[in-house]
Amino acid sequence: MDNIIALAFTAFIAENIILSQFLGICPFLGVSTKRSNALGMGFAVLFVMLISSMLTWVLYKYILEALSIEYMRTIVFIIVIASLVQMVEIFIKKVSPGLYKALGIYLPLITTNCAVLGVAILNISKEHNFLEMIVYTTFIGLGFIFVMYIFSMLREKIDKAPVPKAFRGIPIALIVAAILAIIFSRFGGII
Amino acid sequence: MTKKENLLKGFVKENPLFVSVLGMCPSLAVTTSLENAIGMGIGVFFVLVLSNLLISLIMSNPKLAALVKPVRIPVYIVVIATLVTIVEMVMHAYLYDLYKSLGVFIPLIVVNCIILGRAEAFASSNKPIDATLDGVGMALGFTGALVIISIFREFLGAGSITVWGDLSLNLGFIFDFLGIEPIAMFVQPVGAFLSFGLILAALTAIGNKRIEKAALNGVKANG
Repeated sequence: MDNIIALAFTAFIAENIILSQFLGICPFLGVSTKRSNALGMGFAVLFVMLISSMLTWVLYKYILEALSIEYMRTIVFIIVIASLVQMVEIFIKKVSPGLYKALGIYLPLITTNCAVLGVAILNISKEHNFLEMIVYTTFIGLGFIFVMYIFSMLREKIDKAPVPKAFRGIPIALIVAAILAIIFSRFGGII
Repeated sequence: MTKKENLLKGFVKENPLFVSVLGMCPSLAVTTSLENAIGMGIGVFFVLVLSNLLISLIMSNPKLAALVKPVRIPVYIVVIATLVTIVEMVMHAYLYDLYKSLGVFIPLIVVNCIILGRAEAFASSNKPIDATLDGVGMALGFTGALVIISIFREFLGAGSITVWGDLSLNLGFIFDFLGIEPIAMFVQPVGAFLSFGLILAALTAIGNKRIEKAALNGVKANG
């Protein structure tokens, strides 16, 4: 049980997917200009990440490993993720138009979001069992939402601040991210 | 566009990392040492040049293009993923240390926006020779940008520059001369964001100066 709690904490803060593993930087910089967008993107990523990690984990353990064709990992995983995103999009559109309106525009962007493929591969290379995989993926996703939300609030303020001309846009966003990363990296000492 | 322009535009004018700001994740993660940056550059070079060539070959054949068009993005992804798997296997076999230190970022070349971006924006609508030159230019521009960031970070953070394997440049004497320690923060995640932000701002400032100068000259010429 202790292990699971430690794993959850590590995934959420100490090994935060954006600030210490550098995955999902594109949505982090691209979609974090408004709070509502950041949350929408965050939940869409969590949702797709969880389903795709479960699917790829099962596929890897019971098909790729059983046939000893582990080298097909990258190809199989990316095909699974790309088709999954398409299916999720169609499914949500049919079942809940409200949710589709909220998440719809973010879904196609997720296919090339390295966080989703990254977590699927990390779950395999860290040799997680099924429970560990679920906990790790959930808390990585929550960590993603958390950082996206904090960062979008900061960016709403920066937009109104008199930033030097050369720093406007992405440079100042990266410097703010660096300050956030200092805070998050210090939490690593707790466990 | 001439062939020379196709090759050279990736270096400065349309540099994928500093101008288009694509492929951020690997560039923040692997620039802790020059060796990692060069290794990543080689991987991206191989995948980008061959994917541009193959996709251009597929799309310049009218029969094949008509067949592929409705499902072109999945086709591109499969082509790219196959090339990445080759890179992964070759690195695992011959460059094991590099394979270890790049880790998850080798398979993640698949979702590097630069590669899919070039496939969709350039290779699918240009001749194979132009697409290959474009790939070479973009890959070298990307590698060059990684090299700049990694030299900046490794020098400030570790006081040395590791070129390849045992070949490294120890510049600790500069820090000894100044009487300070290397700033370890620069090789940590914090340093990645900070260095990239500072370098990008510096480049923007240089770019702005140039534009102002050009505008000033234009005014003089008109006046």
